[in-house]
Amino acid sequence: MTALLLVRALRDPDCVAALDARGWNSLIAMARAERLIGTLALRIGERPVPGAVRAILTDARADAEREARQALWEADRAAEALAGLGLPVVLLKGTAYAAAGLSAGQGRFIGDLDILVPRAALTEVEHALIRAGWEWVKDDPYDDAYYRQWMHELPPMIHAGRDRMIDVHHTVLPLTARQTPDAAAMIADALPITNELYMLCPEDRVCHAAAHLLADGDLAGGLRNLWDIYCLLDGIDPAALSVRAERHGLGRHVRQAQRLAAALYGEGARLTLWDRIVAARLLARDGWGRERRKLLGFAFYVRSHWLRMPPAMLARHLMTKWRKGHRPV
Amino acid sequence: MNHGLSLKIGPATFRIGSAWRQPVEALARLYADYPAPADGIADFTVRLEPAGPFRRWLRPSIFITGDHGLADAAPMSLAHGLLAAEMGMNLQMALGWRRHLLLHASSVEKGGRALVMTGESGSGKSTLAAQLGERGWRLMGDEFALLDLETGAIFPFPRLVSLKNRAIDVLAAEAPAGRMGPLLAGTAKGDIRHLLPRSDAVERMNEGALPALLLFPRFGHESDVRPVGQGEMFMRLTQASTNYVALGEPGFAALTRFVKTVPARAIDFPSGEEAIALVDRLWAEWA
Repeated sequence: MTALLLVRALRDPDCVAALDARGWNSLIAMARAERLIGTLALRIGERPVPGAVRAILTDARADAEREARQALWEADRAAEALAGLGLPVVLLKGTAYAAAGLSAGQGRFIGDLDILVPRAALTEVEHALIRAGWEWVKDDPYDDAYYRQWMHELPPMIHAGRDRMIDVHHTVLPLTARQTPDAAAMIADALPITNELYMLCPEDRVCHAAAHLLADGDLAGGLRNLWDIYCLLDGIDPAALSVRAERHGLGRHVRQAQRLAAALYGEGARLTLWDRIVAARLLARDGWGRERRKLLGFAFYVRSHWLRMPPAMLARHLMTKWRKGHRPV
Repeated sequence: MNHGLSLKIGPATFRIGSAWRQPVEALARLYADYPAPADGIADFTVRLEPAGPFRRWLRPSIFITGDHGLADAAPMSLAHGLLAAEMGMNLQMALGWRRHLLLHASSVEKGGRALVMTGESGSGKSTLAAQLGERGWRLMGDEFALLDLETGAIFPFPRLVSLKNRAIDVLAAEAPAGRMGPLLAGTAKGDIRHLLPRSDAVERMNEGALPALLLFPRFGHESDVRPVGQGEMFMRLTQASTNYVALGEPGFAALTRFVKTVPARAIDFPSGEEAIALVDRLWAEWA
């Protein structure tokens, strides 16, 4: 069994009417594992489902509402902390979708608060957040130095009182990645949500989500990110998107994201061999919620590092991490 | 997964999958009288997986996970598979249950009213509840008490009682051998043996009761009874709840009502017999 069961239920919620108990158990376990249970609950809505399922979906909706409320409060706190700096604070990912009331935010699991600020302001932002009660999570000097030198974000911070993480980005991909999206343009064209908080323009939202899914990371939990992309593509002008994606050097990734979103959640698309491999990775989840195709997953894990840094640097990085006792799972 | 079992404990239903036969067999034997989920659909999936690539066969070791899991959970020996399954179910409840305010507390019922006991591990709340459950009370649960958000009633979660170290002999002397599980020696918490609750606890697993008394037991001290103020009660119960924050305002309202309506006492006792005498006295006084 693969996560196609979950993908079909999201694409066409009417099809859940045909599920038996085993099908429901599988669908729920998959949706939880992919952090799509809140989205699934909203997609199914008021369609008739067995009583046990209704209770689970009601819980999931309440959890999603709480997630959104907490995420917005966190964004509000960050805006307050950074108010004196006179900077645009651009919300990214889940918090932005929830704050702007986008369809991608409905029922979405929201983990950390992700914000984008100009690179020149990083030190100021860091100090302002520390003054407001955030503190460092990583106590390893190598990790800290690695983030500061090579990553697209500061090392993660956590708020001492509220126990919530913030990721402060200054661009959307690690500095060592082959693509170099134009973060300054993203900030310049950002749209206001409130007086202090901004979000990326519609085309940049897709570019960022596609970069995050396909040019970075190992695609774990990627079905959720692809669902975001599917929702973000709704109503967008394909020509404007294409121009914007080329400007960020993300044309290939955005086109692939469009094909995958259409193939899995939409009306279908012609897939390349590489698309099919990525799709197989995305769907590698069984009816117990376990990740399957471990070898393929490991290959994507290796790829994520390959994308992030040139070979000599990668070798040095892996050696340092190995000495510290880190092992890939 | 290779081996599986579904069961209902109080209001919650579980689907347990295991890479090995033994944990599921042990569960099936002890939970034989528990019902299956009504329409075959479980609230939670629990998985007992090999802790590494070869750990199914070679020094078999269990990684406990499921819908909700902890990435850094310590692996467990297959010999402790029954305990692993229990911990897997507890983990789902602690992290995922939203339909009641979940209190880390034991509870027993008599005459339609519930006695709730909360405290740290080792306070004696579990042993005391198990003993009361053998002596005319209905055992509602030794680990979690479920506070209903609307009615304020306590609902049972009558899973197997987990007896640790000295408590094993205490209960083995009172309960028939047929209701005792296998001895799990040398777990992270010492020796553990499970006790199947009496049949009334299982048959009435859907039946709640209004709370009449809250106790904070403490084993190993001279007998003593102290009043506990509402503020302290509230703070200690928020610490004893795994989903207080997740429930938001309804959780706050339910806990406030509980604190305002239920009398509370802290009790110290040097032995089980004295504890039971204390409970009987306070129950007669307050309930």
